[in-house]
Amino acid sequence: MNDILLEARNIGKRFGGVQALKDVSLTIRSGEIYGLIGPNGAGKTTLFNVFTGLYARDSGEVQFAGKALDLGSPHAVAAAGIARTFQNIRLFANMTALENVMVGRHVRTRAGVFSAILRTRAERAEEAGIRHRAEELLHYVGIADHANDLARQLSYGDQRRLEIARALATEPRLLALDEPVAGMNATETTALRSLIEGLRRDGLTVLLIEHDVKLVMGLCDRVAVLDYGEKIAEDVPEAVRANPIVIEAYLGASTA
Amino acid sequence: MKTHRERAGLALVALALIALPFVLAMAGTAWVRITNFAVLFALLSLGLNIVVGFAGLLDLGYVAFYAVGAYVYALLASPHFGLHLPFWVILPIGATVACVAGVILGAPTLRLRGDYLAIVTLGFGEIVRIFMNNLSSPVNLTNGPKGINRIDPFQIGPLNFSASDTFGALVFSGPIKYYYFLLLVLLAVIVINRRLQDSRIGRAWVAIREDEIAAKASGINTRNIKLLAFAMGASFGGIAGGMFAAIQGFVSPESFILNESIMVLAMVVLGGMGNIWGVIAGAVLLSFVPELLRYTVEPAQMALFGKLLIDPEVLRMLVFGLALVLTMRFRPAGLWPETRHRREMSEGRT
Amino acid sequence: MDILLQQIINGLTTGSVYAVVALGYTMVYGVIQLINFAHGEVVMIGAMVAFSVITSLAGSHLPPLVIVLAGVMAAIPACMIMGYLLERVAYRPLRHAPRLAPLITAIGMSIILQHLALLAWGRNPLAFPQIIDNRVFGIGGAAISSVQIAIILLSLAMMAGLSWFVYRTRFGIAIRATAENVHIAGLMGVNANRVIAATFVIGAGLGAVAGVMYGSYYGIAHYTMGFSLGLKAFSAAVLGGIGNIAGAMLGGILLGLVEALGTGYVGELTDLCSWPMAHGWLSAQCADGGNFVLFGSNYQDVFAFLMLILVLVFRPSGLLGERVSERA
Repeated sequence: MNDILLEARNIGKRFGGVQALKDVSLTIRSGEIYGLIGPNGAGKTTLFNVFTGLYARDSGEVQFAGKALDLGSPHAVAAAGIARTFQNIRLFANMTALENVMVGRHVRTRAGVFSAILRTRAERAEEAGIRHRAEELLHYVGIADHANDLARQLSYGDQRRLEIARALATEPRLLALDEPVAGMNATETTALRSLIEGLRRDGLTVLLIEHDVKLVMGLCDRVAVLDYGEKIAEDVPEAVRANPIVIEAYLGASTA
Repeated sequence: MKTHRERAGLALVALALIALPFVLAMAGTAWVRITNFAVLFALLSLGLNIVVGFAGLLDLGYVAFYAVGAYVYALLASPHFGLHLPFWVILPIGATVACVAGVILGAPTLRLRGDYLAIVTLGFGEIVRIFMNNLSSPVNLTNGPKGINRIDPFQIGPLNFSASDTFGALVFSGPIKYYYFLLLVLLAVIVINRRLQDSRIGRAWVAIREDEIAAKASGINTRNIKLLAFAMGASFGGIAGGMFAAIQGFVSPESFILNESIMVLAMVVLGGMGNIWGVIAGAVLLSFVPELLRYTVEPAQMALFGKLLIDPEVLRMLVFGLALVLTMRFRPAGLWPETRHRREMSEGRT
Repeated sequence: MDILLQQIINGLTTGSVYAVVALGYTMVYGVIQLINFAHGEVVMIGAMVAFSVITSLAGSHLPPLVIVLAGVMAAIPACMIMGYLLERVAYRPLRHAPRLAPLITAIGMSIILQHLALLAWGRNPLAFPQIIDNRVFGIGGAAISSVQIAIILLSLAMMAGLSWFVYRTRFGIAIRATAENVHIAGLMGVNANRVIAATFVIGAGLGAVAGVMYGSYYGIAHYTMGFSLGLKAFSAAVLGGIGNIAGAMLGGILLGLVEALGTGYVGELTDLCSWPMAHGWLSAQCADGGNFVLFGSNYQDVFAFLMLILVLVFRPSGLLGERVSERA
């Protein structure tokens, strides 16, 4: 339970004159829900994008599951076992929900052009497997009824679930969720919260960026706080809540 | 499972397609030739559809691959070098060379954003044409603007595709033989396209078209998968080019100008990007437009004004231009849009 | 004759035309990120209109300069109206459509304009009437004609004028603000529609003059001239960093120079007879001052496209463009 899954050391990222991330180090342990909070513009999503290979970092290393993580390309990150969702949902809008999840299986399957053209026995078996797993995942996140609807026709909450299902299809060890309950009403939030708790029960490690401090405090095992690109705290929720520096960062930001 | 009705319908369509050239031949062999070109353009459009329709990469230099295929055929089966290889050897070579050309163009440029890619491919198409125009010195490779003449027709055993054969009451003219061959190739390409579309690779193409960043984050090596689309599209272009050279018996750089790329693009866009049947319909529709114009506009003008005011060729290009503009404005998904509600599909295939 | 200097002069001439046309691409791209593919055709129509006017006045007893000026003055409003209509009719309805839609529309418009010009002016090129006494001056072993001088000076004047307009006037600031961020500019009271239409109109006006200059330099105007001119000017805009006005100017001149020097020297450079190692097996061809030129000056048009591809591959943001992350 306590072995380290992801260890980031001294991550730095600069956009022009802005130091978006400054020597950020953190460790995520296997099986925990790790929250990342901080005021707007603190660098949470930037850190996320660095972890998932979308942004090139300027400095720092990431160890994942005991190996150095190749942050050069997002698909390699996905292959290594990190999957993510996006703050402003990014689905394949004109594909069905089922197909969206099937795309997530890409990285765990092999069939190429020729086996697809020849429809070899192996390819057909693999396709059936992809479909089966995708259906299971839609069921798991609770939108199996919408399997054949286009992603863009789903409700907002269902789109969030679909994005999680697609991420799960890549068989991640770490699931990174970027503000999963943003824009949701109370009922939807509660439902999503139990989904995330279910993920942990099933052994997944979750990295969670969230604005909803109540949700983070109630859900996470440990929480890190970013402010102006620096990590100012990392601890269990109660300790973070009581940390004067954190209070200062939040209150300072709201009163300034 | 297909119902009896569907089977009967399919059989009817097949019969109609088999009988078609003989019906057309009654109106004149010219109509069979026109139909052959329509099928050829359907092949080209299906190739471009992989690139533009599935993967969402706007390729404005597609005709370059068509040209490569045509010149490979012309060089390997004509008196120009004195080589006369059989077509079933050349067509795969042409496809391979075109495929390599696609990879060479694609590898450095595919990370560009969509509109830049369009311009680069357009420039590439022009470069290929300029080279064909000028590679007649110091070594005469392409015979320059004059082009290459007397290209061998297809030959299968005793069956020569440039001559007529008579079986009983049926006269199989050269164009009719090409028609059947083209139809077989088209059928194969349709099957390949459909299988690709419903495969792991096809889904990855569409995913990239829909949202490249999400596709990357979902573990797709977007660069390789895009390259694959380019290579596949180019190969189809190369095969179509080889058949074009054989049917025409003559190739020159004139046949591979930008307008040809635009025309194929218009077929894909008008028919419905990503929808195989729509694309074929677009190709057939736009192939027959110039002929319809020739048979209607010309006599109408002669009757009204006593002279030809608007050349049908010009009118054809105007129609293509308008087709692009109006489709984007009023039916951006084309006349026959891609539908991804695949209920029948998901139940039919396990 | 000094080939180097001569090619530099020729390159500066065509380069300044490319630069002026490139401004039209770059301004439009700057505000709405659209490659206005039809811009080359607008330039072509400017040249055709001007040539028609000049030809019809050539028989009159007006002074040559007045005739040319009348041609330009007819071309500018004609192109401006066309630029406005293009934006209004073809592109504005698609402003929120997926990215490829306006580009495909632009290609369609380009085809339509080209063939309308074909209908209006026919397949044969229009020749520039012999009304100006094109004097040639010798400088340092090279020659420069009065037309070349006029083209270079006029282009510089237009570039200076545009720079002043964009950087020093209220409306210019509105244009730059819109290019920076349409929504914020809108909140600040900038009428985005007006700004966008203005970039089309200004670009078309500049393009009209460029078309006349290009046509008079080569002595002819043809309905197909807009295609390669437009493509080269677009390459120039990309070379300089698309969206960047100074970049378009720099890119245009550079591209003109590269093209002229490339065309001037490619034959010599790829003459295998001048390569020592090739002498053995080419001795037959190379005897008596013979040559074995791989690529001659007939590859002129390749340089611009090759340059475009190289720039996009190695420095997609161009020479003066800001390096922006294309990811996420």
